[in-house]
Amino acid sequence: MHPAYSVIFFTTASGAGYGLLVLAAIFAVAGLLPATTWLGLVTTGLALGLIGGGLLSSTFHLGHPERAWRAFSQWKTSWLSREGVLAVVTFVPAGLFAVGWVFLGTTTGLFGWMGVAAAVLAVATVISTSMIYASLSTIRQWNNGLVPVAYLVLGLMSGALLLELVARLFGVHRVEIDVVAIALVVVGWLVKTAYWSAIDGTGARITLATATGLGRFGAVRLLEQPHTEANFIMQEMGYTVARRHARSLRAVAQLTLFVVPFAATVAGLWMSGLPALLLAFVAVASLVVGLLTERWLFFAEAKHDAMVYYGR
Amino acid sequence: MTALPKHPPAKRLGLAIDLDTCVGCHACATNCKEWNTGGISAPLTDVNAYQAEQRGVWFNRVFTYEVGGEGPQARTVHFPKNCLHCDNAACVTVCPTGASYKRSEDGIVLVDHDKCIGCKLCSWACPYGNREYDEHVGVMKKCTLCVDKIYNQNLPEPDRVPACVAACPSKARHFGDFADPNSTVSKLSRDRGGYDLAPETGYRPTSKYLPPRPGQRGGAAAPTAAEPLPAGTGRFLKWVDRVLTR
Repeated sequence: MHPAYSVIFFTTASGAGYGLLVLAAIFAVAGLLPATTWLGLVTTGLALGLIGGGLLSSTFHLGHPERAWRAFSQWKTSWLSREGVLAVVTFVPAGLFAVGWVFLGTTTGLFGWMGVAAAVLAVATVISTSMIYASLSTIRQWNNGLVPVAYLVLGLMSGALLLELVARLFGVHRVEIDVVAIALVVVGWLVKTAYWSAIDGTGARITLATATGLGRFGAVRLLEQPHTEANFIMQEMGYTVARRHARSLRAVAQLTLFVVPFAATVAGLWMSGLPALLLAFVAVASLVVGLLTERWLFFAEAKHDAMVYYGR
Repeated sequence: MTALPKHPPAKRLGLAIDLDTCVGCHACATNCKEWNTGGISAPLTDVNAYQAEQRGVWFNRVFTYEVGGEGPQARTVHFPKNCLHCDNAACVTVCPTGASYKRSEDGIVLVDHDKCIGCKLCSWACPYGNREYDEHVGVMKKCTLCVDKIYNQNLPEPDRVPACVAACPSKARHFGDFADPNSTVSKLSRDRGGYDLAPETGYRPTSKYLPPRPGQRGGAAAPTAAEPLPAGTGRFLKWVDRVLTR
């Protein structure tokens, strides 16, 4: 599938924003982060900024972004619509939680409950985003139970590494954040490894023989495609660049998404002050490269069933 | 709403496409483009129409496959492909805006171009690759089964068929109601073993394909060496023999 940069940015940025929102809410409501103005402003501002920026970016690949509001209407059947509705609804408790933290200096009571509601809705939103892809039976690399798990875990993992950086920056760091971040990196690593081996182990769902129904007469081979140049279907669904470099790109993704953040966070356990802050920054910088590579691969490695008609 | 009709459509309009008689002339695709670039789907935009990297919106595309490997059993099958107006059309249910819908009266799958946001998700949901994005207009377009032609009271009754059916010179395309067991398409499908493309997708296409007939494969005997002419055959008869055995 053609990897649209706006969608790659949308899924990674909003995933990280929702992950940060979930973890910041949990830690703040549990009293593990102080309810101070600047910490609240940076944490919730970063989370909501990433979410908002991601959602805005997702409208850039639309033919008619000005009609995007219509996408809130079909939540009964469409995961894309559900994702849109949940994303907007999440802003309400998330916004109130931020107001309580930043302006009123409280993350408990009613505002605590807003934090909990925001966290629950954020998880639901990320799962809806992943289901846009996982619900498509036409693309076997996406139609896989590990896809929602990976989206959720990578979102939470990104949020944990961001929270680590913010907490180090404000000197309110706690070992619980390290533990959560390290655990999520390990789980993310396991999930993506399992995902890659799962998609490598399954064959094409339909073949040219069944797609044309001509298999009964013997082997079917494309003799001539309908036209000499690439059409929309071939450009949108026939993306083959990544499959040639999948192995090396997966290695890059694993190194930057899991190995470096893991090593940096573990090393940070024994450090404090500037060195620990620098390590947290290295982890986040590596995470950005890793997330973009992983998400680019997620699209580029996906092969659409319709391409069998084109002999691919 | 982009929910599928609760009850099976009263009519199930579709095509029976005969792979036995299709000659791969692309007349269906051309006439489809001609009608639909002026109908409710207008325009069917072309990009770089007269230069390299040309592409454009076509609702119907004709593939050509070689079947049965090489040798006397091999055959060439021309294979026109357009929207099959599936009963279980996931291209409809994934639509976030309600632009995509399946009509309860005749089962035709349509796009409301005024509601479409151009997210392309429906094209991802179609296993047959039968949805088209118009990059100039910014919306998805697709085969309408010429809904603006088949019900058009201004046209003489025989002309109220999809443009692809009207254009086909070898009668390889038949239009009708698959819900009516006595319709031409139902009978053809029954008699000729009409089948669904990629039934394992579970999309349950309405339109059917009629398989190529067995025909004569490898039956035509290769010309054998002529018996020698009897001695004393004249030059004229030798010439006639040479011409005729060629």
